[in-house]
Amino acid sequence: MTSIRSRLLTILIASTGLIWLFAVAWIYISTQAEVERVLDARLTEAARMVNSLLAERKVEMALATDTAGDAPVQFQFGDASYERQLSCQIWSLDGKLIGRSEHAPSGQLTQSESGFSQSVINGETWRVYSIENASLGVRVMVGDSIAVRDRLVGDVVKGLAIPAILILPFLAGAIWISVRRGMRPLNDMATALSSRAANDLQPLPQQSLPDEIVPAVHALNGLFQRVQEAREREKNFTTFAAHELKTPLAGLKTQAQVALASQDGDVHENALRQIAAGVDRTSRLVRQLLDLSSVEASDRAPNASSIRIADIVRRIAADMPSENARISIGGDLEASQSTDAVLLTLAIRNLIENALLHSQGTVQVGIAQDAHHLRVSVEDDGPGISEDELPRVTERFFRGRSKSPTGSGLGLAIVKEAASRLDGRLIFENRLPSGLRATLELPASPSR
Amino acid sequence: MRILVVEDDPLLLDGLTAGLGLASFTVDAVSTCEDAYAALEANEYRAVVLDLMLPDGSGLDILASLRKRQNTTPVVLLTARDQIEDRIAGLDAGADDYVGKPFDLDELAARVRAAARRGAGLACAILEWNGVVMDTAQQTVAKDGLSVSVTRREFGVLRKLLEHPGSTVSKAALEDALYGWQEEVESNAVEVHVHNLRNKLGSSFIKTVRGLGYRLSEECR
Repeated sequence: MTSIRSRLLTILIASTGLIWLFAVAWIYISTQAEVERVLDARLTEAARMVNSLLAERKVEMALATDTAGDAPVQFQFGDASYERQLSCQIWSLDGKLIGRSEHAPSGQLTQSESGFSQSVINGETWRVYSIENASLGVRVMVGDSIAVRDRLVGDVVKGLAIPAILILPFLAGAIWISVRRGMRPLNDMATALSSRAANDLQPLPQQSLPDEIVPAVHALNGLFQRVQEAREREKNFTTFAAHELKTPLAGLKTQAQVALASQDGDVHENALRQIAAGVDRTSRLVRQLLDLSSVEASDRAPNASSIRIADIVRRIAADMPSENARISIGGDLEASQSTDAVLLTLAIRNLIENALLHSQGTVQVGIAQDAHHLRVSVEDDGPGISEDELPRVTERFFRGRSKSPTGSGLGLAIVKEAASRLDGRLIFENRLPSGLRATLELPASPSR
Repeated sequence: MRILVVEDDPLLLDGLTAGLGLASFTVDAVSTCEDAYAALEANEYRAVVLDLMLPDGSGLDILASLRKRQNTTPVVLLTARDQIEDRIAGLDAGADDYVGKPFDLDELAARVRAAARRGAGLACAILEWNGVVMDTAQQTVAKDGLSVSVTRREFGVLRKLLEHPGSTVSKAALEDALYGWQEEVESNAVEVHVHNLRNKLGSSFIKTVRGLGYRLSEECR
């Protein structure tokens, strides 16, 4: 069941119903016991009363007539409706019926000599209390019909149960309304959310919310914020990317117009050379933009395979068309890591490219591996990065004061993104007397 | 006409220097805010072409500081951020014009000329004095309806004089308007240009004010 409201309703109504049934059963049982007790007390009382009347000779005439004739005396036994349900018989100890109340059966009510007993007379079950009066030589029996008793208990229980049954729908209604009211903040939230435009990521209001919903609203607002930030980043990225592409395009167009307009051979040639270099640079920028977006967008799990780091570095070095810088590899040449080859190659290639852009001569790649980490460090002998710019170098399109003329400001951003996809980190240190050491630190692969 | 170009992209900066040079501007080129501040401090420019995104700050900051110092040098913003709100922000910050990248070189040159003209308080591209007509947009000079061919430098000297008719323009101001930083200025360069102009436009057209500079002659030929 997915609706909290129907779940709550079901649980509440079922449990209330169960408790209600239990209460009714309890009332029934205890009422029955109480009625039995009261009726038994009445039997005892009635028997004693008759007995005491006999003792005071109030029914002398009956005893007298008894001696005169055979017919037992019939007497009125009070006139209250309660007592009419009682039957009384007076038997002599030698087994003769001396007298009985009106409507009392003619058969002996019980064989029991004294106390409570139960007997069936003419198909009717009776509960009888008998008391023996030895001095008068009689036995007084007072009984009532079990059927009558049951009817009485039934009436009492009915009197309780009917109002309770009538109350049930009201109870259910009250539960339904309460649940509805209780759920209103959730409904309000759902309405507020469903009526929103797709791009409306404003946080939900947090005032006057029930404590139970606050965590959900918090979580939602947190999510909204993260989505908003991601969208903002994306938007900035697109804007910056457009800027970065428009500028070289403007440069290319300007140079082309210069080449067309200029009569001067040197100016003409310089413009064409600039166009060629500009196209190279723009291609590299486009490639890096694609790299960055592919690193970013890949939500697949990194595709791990065991690779030797030195092989990657050698392959990258072979691809690098560098006239004025050499790449040397040192350290643990056998080090290998189970990791995503594509991401790692992207990261190392961009680190090396960045180092080459700023290097005067040699770029040194060092590989080190211990129990916990794999470290690939790339050192150049360029100007380094000033301390105030260090935290910003991995920002997209950030190009510091010591930028190279052909850098795009994207390389280190790609490295950082790739590093974080590989659960690693990127550390920059300035070297003495000059240069930069960029270290890519990855956690050791478990399969090592 | 000496202008300052602030742009951090080397390809574009090189193109602008060459292209605006072809359009007979004298171009000083810088690529950072810091250099731009220094250049603006040291020189008087007829116009500034300013990129917004620079490595050490925003072009808008340069613009703001310029306007704060009551410097009214016309500024043409050059940027890839050419959304309406960016344009509004730029113009409200004190820019005179706004050109989005990529642009047409001739259009940029025309806009810089127009901004410079307005900055100099001139309503149109035609300057006129004593029968000599200069079209600053077409870069042509005519005397009495006949076209006169002048070099780029001569054009610059004549223009500077025509823009300030009746007042004396110093030799240093003329040199400043003609030559950028990197250019070697011969000590008698301005004299040579004035001499050539006199040959082409009549010997009495430009008067020498001894010790002060040059001005256009009041008298008709």
